Amino acid sequence: MTGLTIEGVHKTFFPGTVNEVRALRGIDLTLEPGEFVTVVGSNGAGKSTLLNSVAGVIAPDRGRILLGGVDVTRQSEVQRAARIGRVLQNPLAGTAPSLTVAENLALAAARGRSRGLRWALTAAKRRQFAEELAQLGLGLENRLNDKVGLLSGGQRQALSLLMATLQRPDILLLDEHTAALDPRAAALIADLTNRWVRQHRLTTLMITHNLEQAIRLGDRLVMMHEGRILFTVGGAEKQGLTIDGLRQAFERVRGEEFTYDRAVLAN
Amino acid sequence: MEFVLNFLLPVLQQGLVWGLVALGVWMTFRVVNVPDLTVDGTLTTGAATAARLLTMGVHPVAATLAGFFTGAAGGAITGLIHTRLRVQPLLASIITMTGLYSVNLRIMGRSNIALFTLETLVPDNPWGKLALFAATAALLVLLMNLFFRTELGLSLRATGDNDGMVRMLGVSSDSMRLLAFTLSNGIVGLGGALVAQYSGFADAQMGIGTIVAALAALIIGEALFGAPTVFRATISALLGSIIYRTIFALALRAGFQASDLKLVTAALVVLALSIPHIKRTVRLPEGSEAR
Ligand SMILES: Nc1ncnc2c1ncn2[C@@H]1O[C@H](COP(=O)(O)OP(=O)(O)O)[C@@H](O)[C@H]1O
Ligand SMILES: [Mg+2]
Repeated sequence: MTGLTIEGVHKTFFPGTVNEVRALRGIDLTLEPGEFVTVVGSNGAGKSTLLNSVAGVIAPDRGRILLGGVDVTRQSEVQRAARIGRVLQNPLAGTAPSLTVAENLALAAARGRSRGLRWALTAAKRRQFAEELAQLGLGLENRLNDKVGLLSGGQRQALSLLMATLQRPDILLLDEHTAALDPRAAALIADLTNRWVRQHRLTTLMITHNLEQAIRLGDRLVMMHEGRILFTVGGAEKQGLTIDGLRQAFERVRGEEFTYDRAVLAN
Repeated sequence: MEFVLNFLLPVLQQGLVWGLVALGVWMTFRVVNVPDLTVDGTLTTGAATAARLLTMGVHPVAATLAGFFTGAAGGAITGLIHTRLRVQPLLASIITMTGLYSVNLRIMGRSNIALFTLETLVPDNPWGKLALFAATAALLVLLMNLFFRTELGLSLRATGDNDGMVRMLGVSSDSMRLLAFTLSNGIVGLGGALVAQYSGFADAQMGIGTIVAALAALIIGEALFGAPTVFRATISALLGSIIYRTIFALALRAGFQASDLKLVTAALVVLALSIPHIKRTVRLPEGSEAR
């Protein structure tokens, strides 16, 4: 099992222009091996940018990303992908619609290996995929040869989640992966996520817009605002947390910052 | 018999030999989602390579296969311009096509090479010609269907579908695109080598319009026969190519000049592109009745 360390990460988009956005302003965060951390924060807080810098989709301006103690800051998205599983908000993002369910899983099963002229699908692999799909409880094990484009958004997201975890990644990154689904599908995906993360002890960083979900799931909760981590709550304190309590904590910390800013400006 | 010899056989021969080219074009069309104009250059590159080597006394099999490799090299250049320099794929292919015109003249050493007097891979017997092209097409369809079932082939197909997902799964979508351009133009170069030996000459101009002709074949094939699987798509491409050549031959019989054929092609592509739309429009009344 491998942990994740984010050290002093900064990211500014369009620096020095009128469109300058300081998306990350010094993020320090460590996930112990097997730890499940949820991230909440207002729109534009930098949550996705943080996940994207861990995944290698964007390069931080400053700071380091370590995966299991190995500095991956300079690795490309494709190089890192061998060790990172990801599910994004858009259920269409994680699967290839004109390939079958089995073919999509075959691509995911080869994560981290170079792709050669071996058969992508064998009878043994089909059996393994059917077993894994049966755990979703959606009947997809009977639809191995159906094109993924025929599936519903919830089914596609469940498949994306299975594909992201199939090879037991060193870290699982989830970016509001239930936000675009109807409430029933969202509850199902949240439930599957929790089950698999615990079952396989996956080190997980999950962004969610759903405060209830953020409190109920995970070992620790991180609140982000304007490119910074405002606070983290873990252990017993997190267990006793309510949505109102979380909102109040947010207002309190922001209020302190505000007073601080005013004090700085007054000098 | 006159009909068979003067109409059916030539149409089948042309349909199959140009069908190879359509299969090559299908690959980039499927993986990069863009019509690859490089083929207007690489068809000639393959033809020029084979022709030049044949005049030098190289064995016809080796000369034909060499057309695959020079075509592939041309495709790789488009792939590199696109993936390394981030030039849009369509523009990258136009750039390579333009440059290849000069390269092709260099390969041939002059603007055309006649092959009538030379021993080539394509036999004189019309049935022999058909057998050669049918066997080559069948082999290519088989190889493509096997290839697209491998891990590498599957990654190529997925790239055309969702390249973001492909990268998330640790495959470089750039490498896949580069590979698609390379293989695809290799096939087109091979097709060009056969076309040259079939028509008895290689010419610097012969590749012009290759992309449109190949697209016409692909679009006709897909509209009429569908392309839900790799196997169906490859068969549809070949059938589409045969139908396209049939319409060509009919147009010539109906009194069109050879110089009118580009216009016929353009009209055909528009027609084929509108087939799905026409199908929908024609079915509409039934649908509204059912409701
Ligand atoms: N690729 C990008 N290019 C330019 N600006 C970006 C990019 N990604 C994010 N941003 C900007 O950075 C800020 C943080 O965005 P994001 O990380 O997506 O926030 P969140 O996910 O918390 O809603 C926003 O102002 C957003 O517009
Ligand atoms: Mg976001």
